[in-house]
Amino acid sequence: MGTNPRVLEWTESDLGVAGSLREVVRAPAAVLSTVGDTVDPTAPETVQLAADLVATMRVSPGCVGLAAPQVGVGAKVFCVDVSEHPKTREHHGTFVLCNAVVVSGSRNEKAREGCMSVPDFTGDVKRPSRIVVRGQLPGSGEEVELEAEAFEARALQHEIDHCDGLLFLDRAAGAHAVYARKTYL
Amino acid sequence: MTLHAITVLGHDRPGIIAETTDKLAGLGLNLEDSTMTLLRGHFAMMLICEGSAADSEIEAALAPLTADGSLTVTVREVPTEHVEAAAGTSWVLSVHGGDRPGIVSAVVGVIARVGGNITDLTTRLAGDLYLLVAEVDLPAAADVGAVERDLAAVAADLGVGVTLRAAETDEL
Repeated sequence: MGTNPRVLEWTESDLGVAGSLREVVRAPAAVLSTVGDTVDPTAPETVQLAADLVATMRVSPGCVGLAAPQVGVGAKVFCVDVSEHPKTREHHGTFVLCNAVVVSGSRNEKAREGCMSVPDFTGDVKRPSRIVVRGQLPGSGEEVELEAEAFEARALQHEIDHCDGLLFLDRAAGAHAVYARKTYL
Repeated sequence: MTLHAITVLGHDRPGIIAETTDKLAGLGLNLEDSTMTLLRGHFAMMLICEGSAADSEIEAALAPLTADGSLTVTVREVPTEHVEAAAGTSWVLSVHGGDRPGIVSAVVGVIARVGGNITDLTTRLAGDLYLLVAEVDLPAAADVGAVERDLAAVAADLGVGVTLRAAETDEL
């Protein structure tokens, strides 16, 4: 298992624009349950959206990823940065992907997930812990494929789900696998 | 508007939830939290709904469910509960082993003695295997190591296995 050096070296400064903070929307906002539009990764509005997602992720405590639908934009764009998280093993630092898909996955693991857009619930979700993801970098539009594992793999799948109009609630492991959140960040 | 706690218990068959919720919708009641499962094959549902109907109206609307004696329905107006934000820690408690009387009371007694609160509980018996899974909130001041030792001692006396693990949430 190796990281993709192109994705690892990518930083938001590659976008060449400053990000602005956007408001995070919460369920039941319709945009969170709508399949996002495929985007042109080289379009200026996509580049700006990418910068805004990273900026908003940075100011949100504990946030390791943010997808466009979470800021009210129905588009297949998300950012991830799990580098500071204690459960992280190998990772790719901060990056943004457009039109990303999970190509393959293996080794299912169950874990309890929480989401800024669903602040009152947590839920047990089973997901592959080793995945291959393909997408495009914003700005250059370069196609990249990366292998991710453990916490980064979970974060990527959670964000790709957002881009496909799915919340962790859609993947709840059972009727009694969703819990009222007890503590607030 | 008032809140009503409703229970439906009895012989399971397809359509009980559909019939119950149809009657409640007919009274303009909004279903809030509910849970339903099968307990030893018996249908068991509890729900809290809000609306302007009185207990007596709800009971009358649900009376057809109980007409053949296969189901028991209770309806009771309840106050609104204000849930305080918990300052403690969240855990999942699992116990399993050979069935014998007193497993649940002995294990949850350890939790109660430190002021822990159980927020979800399932127990199952299959053959000789007894299983308990609970969501537990422990107060911030609780000595988790001591709780684990007490649980282990109780479990050893009962001849069952016990685990207490943090209910960690991956914030994504």
